[in-house]
Amino acid sequence: MMAYIKPGDWFTLLCGALFATWLAVTLWQGGAADKAIIRSGGNIFREVSLSRNQIIEVPGPLGISRIAVRDREVRVTSDPGPRQYCVHQGWLKQAGEIAICLPNQVSVELGGGKKTYDSLNY
Amino acid sequence: MTASIINLQTSARDHHIARMAALALGLSVLEAAIPSPLPGVKPGLANIVTLIVLARYGWQTAAWVSLLRVVAGGLLLGNFLAPGFFLSLGGALCSLLILALSQYLPARWFGTVTLSILAAFAHISGQLLVVYLWLIPHTGIAYLFPVFAIAALLFGTVNGLIAAHFLVEPETELAPAS
Repeated sequence: MMAYIKPGDWFTLLCGALFATWLAVTLWQGGAADKAIIRSGGNIFREVSLSRNQIIEVPGPLGISRIAVRDREVRVTSDPGPRQYCVHQGWLKQAGEIAICLPNQVSVELGGGKKTYDSLNY
Repeated sequence: MTASIINLQTSARDHHIARMAALALGLSVLEAAIPSPLPGVKPGLANIVTLIVLARYGWQTAAWVSLLRVVAGGLLLGNFLAPGFFLSLGGALCSLLILALSQYLPARWFGTVTLSILAAFAHISGQLLVVYLWLIPHTGIAYLFPVFAIAALLFGTVNGLIAAHFLVEPETELAPAS
């Protein structure tokens, strides 16, 4: 087996491994988030820092959506919408992640770092 | 009605290329039967043949074998001129380009394994480029790149070792002389 690998091949292997690791690290991390952008009815309601744990009440057409900040993560804890998609989405951790409560026109997005994409299509 | 016979003038070299391409073709058909977790993640066994041909008979012959394999593979697997075919073609062209450059690496230090790994990376890069420019023009496919890169490293190394094995054994010949 060793006869088949020349010294430079080890170098190539190492470079390949480093390249793959670098790709995984840079492409799979959205960057650390440092703030949460809360929107209501299309306007920015508040931008809050993630360093302080708090619960924010955001009014919308259907009622109050509650957004919790804890340990640099954000989630929608309660929402008056019928399907609760944004609540089930759970904790958001990385910059660019977003939870949208469409019926109540409330959204929370993690900002900071560099944005990896500005829209998602399903 | 008289039967018309088309006679193509073929040289011994043509026959040789055809035999090796057939061997590569067999490997790609074999490989098509292996289930893959993600489309595009394949061992690329046919590249073993390309590597051996490159080392023994030079880049030009390797290019013939590789491209013949892509076209004939498309015909056999039923995806000729379908997206999958162009992915293979893009990958093969990029690999050949890299192989054309990397065959000038000092042979004392760099062996078949290096060529194989470089070709594998070039292959996935070519494929993803085709995907991005033509099929899915969305930066979201960048998320798949690390998966392909890891697969390329793994399969590139394994294929390179297999090719090196055949190249070290002096008596192995790709196709028996008929």
